[in-house]
Parts: sequence; structure tokens; C-alpha cells
Amino acid sequence: MSALLSVRNLVKHYRDRDGQPVRALNDVSFDLMPGEILGIVGESGCGKSTLGRTVMRLETPTSGSIRLGDLDLSRARGGKLKAARADIQMVFQDPFGALNPRHSVETIIGEPLIVHGRPDRAARVRQLLDLVGLPQAAARRLPHEFSGGQRQRIAIARALALSPKVIVADEAVSALDVSIQSQILNLLLELRREFGLSMIFISHDLSVVRHVSDRIAVMYFGAFVEYAGAGALFDAPLHPYTRALLSAIPSVPGKARPRHLGRIVLKGDVPDPANRPEGCPFHPRCFAVRDQCRTTPPALAVQTGGTQPERLCACHFPGAAGPA
Amino acid sequence: MSDAPLLDIRDLGLKAVAGPLVEGFNLTVERGEMVGLVGESGCGKTVTALSILGLLPHPAVQVSAGRILFRGTDLTTLDEPAMNGLRGNRIAMIFQEPMTSLNPIMTIGDQIGEVLALHRRLDGAACARETARLLDMVGLPGTSAQQGRYPFQLSGGQRQRVMIAMALACEPDLLIADEPTTALDVTVQAQILELIKEMQERLGMGCILVTHDLGVVADICDRAVVMYAGRIIESGKINALFGAPMHRYTRALLDTIPGANPPGQDLPAIPGSVPPPGERPSGCAFTGRCSAALDRCGTDLPPAINRADHHVFCWNPAS
Ligand SMILES: Nc1ncnc2c1ncn2[C@@H]1O[C@H](COP(=O)(O)OP(=O)(O)O)[C@@H](O)[C@H]1O
Ligand SMILES: Nc1ncnc2c1ncn2[C@@H]1O[C@H](COP(=O)(O)OP(=O)(O)O)[C@@H](O)[C@H]1O
Ligand SMILES: [Mg+2]
Ligand SMILES: [Mg+2]
Repeated sequence: MSALLSVRNLVKHYRDRDGQPVRALNDVSFDLMPGEILGIVGESGCGKSTLGRTVMRLETPTSGSIRLGDLDLSRARGGKLKAARADIQMVFQDPFGALNPRHSVETIIGEPLIVHGRPDRAARVRQLLDLVGLPQAAARRLPHEFSGGQRQRIAIARALALSPKVIVADEAVSALDVSIQSQILNLLLELRREFGLSMIFISHDLSVVRHVSDRIAVMYFGAFVEYAGAGALFDAPLHPYTRALLSAIPSVPGKARPRHLGRIVLKGDVPDPANRPEGCPFHPRCFAVRDQCRTTPPALAVQTGGTQPERLCACHFPGAAGPA
Repeated sequence: MSDAPLLDIRDLGLKAVAGPLVEGFNLTVERGEMVGLVGESGCGKTVTALSILGLLPHPAVQVSAGRILFRGTDLTTLDEPAMNGLRGNRIAMIFQEPMTSLNPIMTIGDQIGEVLALHRRLDGAACARETARLLDMVGLPGTSAQQGRYPFQLSGGQRQRVMIAMALACEPDLLIADEPTTALDVTVQAQILELIKEMQERLGMGCILVTHDLGVVADICDRAVVMYAGRIIESGKINALFGAPMHRYTRALLDTIPGANPPGQDLPAIPGSVPPPGERPSGCAFTGRCSAALDRCGTDLPPAINRADHHVFCWNPAS
């Protein structure tokens, strides 16, 4: 099976207020298969949203390529870019901020259909409301008349309007209460089953990412530091950072904590991109740091063991023992 | 007097124009105890916490019934100066967003110093020493450079540490933490929770941890209270409450957590939504969404069923 979306060596640098470069995304590569959900996790500021926005071409990449079918999105412009955008859509954390408060739900969901000159708008809007579990009566109402969960359904309906191949969901369930969150997660999984939709699912909530993803990439300082099947990553994390992240997840109430998830409380703060350490960017917080880590940045390398799908890890000492 | 609970809330009612927000709320907190207050957004956790501190938004939300006994004194009867003497001194609070509770144009050293001057009458060198000690205690270097920083120069986790230092400055008897880690990364959340737990144990404080995250409660609380639409529906010691929940709502909340389910499969959802204040039924507010509702559930308030370390309000409890 060939990849639906192929991202190679993607780099995005911003400039801060003093004109200094902010290396938000550094050399990220991955393939997204048809129907696959790729989870992206990491602390705030590690570049998750930048990755999503750059893949969507809401940002112009500094370098690298984004192949969607025959097209390199990283260089596409004008009509070609517009056409490609129909295939890749985004859902954000704050559905309210993303929905025009003065437009009816019908107008909001139908807008992409107008922009792309698609026929039968009214019928398609009715179909989309059904699809995301909203009543037809919702069409004439305004966003503020809906709860957070319903607003996220509206945003999802709009993202689906053009029958995209890929959805980028950036913290799409993070602001929702757990009971509403599970309704939206069920909806996303159902859309994948029904339409073979692929997804890049970005979240800081690891157990949510574990639930929906086939593969997971762990980001630190704008790069992937571990990339593996979701089960493998959770059962046997290789990068010390992944281990620390997993160990920080609160318990499942009423269940004993898995032994390998004994707490590793990381020292120090979420990294500051203006202050990039030498060597491995994680070394100042790492519990398994050795001399080499302070000087030589580790490459994201295939791990031995021949697991499928392949596992990648950027650490000189993958699987190192935890702190005493 | 000394064997009275530290905090004893009896039959508290809070109301707004839209209707009652919180009703029939009972809670005791002992010294050295960490109690979780959990429930979905809008169920009344924050207004309940604010009522203890006398910080309800005035006049929008008012105490309509009940008593809040703190070491035997009913806080609802105290005037503002008396309440001011307790607040930040014997009772302290940490909020979700430290940025809104810190003064943006004052250095963190000065802000902590202000608390020490006000409540402990420290000044000069003694105040500076104590400020440094407090910052050290919450894991921030207490150097003068650190003390000279402004809130915007700190990360979210560092700001929350400053808030904790300020809350602990007077070694309060009762600490109320309202979603103290909700805005933070999981890694920083783990640090802050560990810090709160350690301080609570070291100072022997009673602590109310308000959160929507049942996992956090399971990890650090001794006991928890589950609220739904303004009422307590179940409470108990953590093992009893989460190991064998008796209320269908508690059970449904636990079942719908992604980590409690096989990856990729549909999560057991809770149908419907929470009735807002003013639209709650006269009986149990969960009736319309409950899988085991009886005829009278919607009309008659359910009775308390008390087991060892475990209490539920339900006409038809599970197990
Ligand atoms: N438009 C921008 N201009 C300058 N810096 C930015 C911009 N957007 C993001 N950044 C910086 O890039 C880094 C990555 O940000 P982001 O992708 O939003 O992280 P995440 O989504 O993982 O929290 C952060 O340091 C952020 O401050
Ligand atoms: N200032 C206010 N005026 C009127 N109603 C309020 C006010 N603050 C909160 N409420 C209402 O009180 C209820 C409980 O709110 P809150 O305590 O903030 O819930 P929680 O903290 O559990 O999310 C909600 O229905 C909310 O709309
Ligand atoms: Mg983001
Ligand atoms: Mg609240």
C-alpha cells in the first residue's frame, strides 16, 4: 500500500519579536497510510500545531516536501493549492473560536462547498448534519446556541464537507468534559471506519492519543524523538522522554497502575525554543544522561528487532534503565 | 473544640437568578486529609470552593442555606474584615490560571513579601529570608534574581509554584486548590501534584482538590465527593468509591475514560447532557440519562445510602 501523505524533512522556522529564528519544526518525516490515524504527542511548545498547520499549508514550510498524491503541497500555489486543500482539512481545539458567531450552522458547514463551487449544497449540508449526529433543526441556529460538544460536531461537519482524505485534528477534544470527549472520539473513529479517513491526531493527552491512534510520534523540540505502533510505544517505550511522559499520565481510577509506569517525575520545565541545549535536546532533563548526550545529538534511527511497523528512536541509549 | 472537624459544611445551598446552583451540600475535611471534589464542568465545584472563602461573585451568586463551619466558626456569618483575616492566612486557595491571580506588575519576591508582611508581620531581612525559603520549598531557586522576576517571565508551571508558595506562606490549616494543574502539561502536572501532596502532608493541612480529572483524584486524594448538577451524588474513600461505584453516573464516568477501554473501540458514552440550573428535575438530576431509573427517580429526591467509607444518593444503586 502506498502512502496517502508523504512528509519529508519538513522544517518550519519562525522569527520572534527580536528577529531571532524560532526553530519550531526541525526535519520531520513520516508517511500517512490511507485510513491510518497518526497520533502526535508532546509538551506545549514542542511544535505539534506547527506540524499540523504546515502540513495543511496554513504555513509556508522553510524547507522539505509534503506529497499528497501527485502533488508537492510544499510548493503548490494558487488553483492547485486550493484544490489540494479540499483533500486535507483541520479541526481545532476551540470550536467556538473557529466558527463565525454571526453565521447560521447551515452557512458555516456549507461555506467550503461555495468556495470550491460544489453543487447541491443544501442536500449535502443535511447529509453532513446527519453524519455528525446533529438534528436537522440545527441548520438555522447560531453557534452560541450549542454546547461545546455540539460545536465541535459543527466544526467536524464543516471539515468533512468536501469529503477530504485527511483530517488534521489539533487538540480537537482537549477542551471537552470526559463524557462529551468520548462522544466525539466515537464519532471520529466511526468516520474512519465508514470512509477510510486518515487522520493526524494531535493532543497533549496521551491516553486519548493511545485510544485512537495506529501509530504515535513523540515530539520534543520540534522533532520526532520516538515513532512506533501505538501498542508498542505504550507497552515498551524506548526513549527516556517517552517513558517520563507515559509515567506522568494519571492512573485509570479503580485500576492498579501498570508496573512499568512507575512515576518518573521530570525535573525542569517544558523546553524553551529560544534556549536550545547542545547535544541531545532532552539531556538536561534526562534521568539516564551520559557524557555523549551532552555533546552529540542522537539521530532518529531504526531500532533493531525488525518490528512492523518500524520503530524509530532518537537516543544514544534507547531503553536505558529508569532512575533509581 | 479541637475534635471538631477542620471544615464542616452543612446543607449548603447556593443560588443565582437562573435558579439554585448547589443544593444540600455536606462535606467534612479533617486535618491532614486530601479530599477530591469532582464532576463535569458546570456542576458547581468552583462556586462551592469560592463560598468557603467568602469569594462568591457578588451579587450574582449567594448563599441560600446552610452553614460553613471552620474550626467551629460559621464562615457565612463573618463580616468582611473577619473573613479577610482568615483568607490567605488560615485558609488559602490556588486557582487554575495563576496569571490572573498574580499581580502582573509586581515582582514575585514582592508579592510573596506582601503576604508575609500582611499576615505574619515580617519585614526587611526576615521577610527576604522567608521569601527565599518558600521559593526553595516549592522548587524554585530562591535567589534574588528569581525574586526579581515578573510573572510574565515565568512558565505556567513556575507561576503555579509561585502561587503555591504564596498559599503556603502562612502555613494555612486549609488549602483549596481549584483545577491547579488543568492548564499545565502532564509532566508539569505530575510535579505540581507531587508538590501539593508533599506540602499537605508536611504541614498537616486539610486540602480540597477541585478537578474534573478522576485519575488525578485517584492518585493523590484520600477521599472524594462526586457532584452532578449541583448536588453530591456519591462520596467515599477512593478505593471504595472508584473500586465499586454505586451511582450509575460515577460508574458511567469511569467507564467512558479512554484508558479504561480497549484501544480503538467505541467508548461507552453517556447519552444526553447535564440539565442546567433552573431546568433540573425535583428528583435526581441524572434520571433522564440513567440506565436504571425508576418511576420516582425524577420526582423524589433519592435517600442517602451509607456503607462503611462510602455514601450514595440513589433510589436504585448498583451493587
Ligand atoms: N507564528 C509564530 N511566530 C513565532 N513563533 C511561533 C509561531 N507559532 C508558534 N511559534 C513558536 O513555535 C514553537 C512551537 O509552537 P506550537 O507548534 O504551537 O507548539 P505546540 O502546538 O506543540 O504547543 C513555540 O515555541 C511557539 O512559541
Ligand atoms: N457569576 C455567576 N452568575 C451566575 N451563575 C453562575 C456564576 N458563576 C457560575 N455560575 C453557574 O453556576 C454553576 C456552577 O458553576 P461552577 O461552579 O463554575 O462549575 P464547575 O466549577 O463545576 O465547572 C454553573 O451553572 C454556572 O453557570
Ligand atoms: Mg498546539
Ligand atoms: Mg470550575
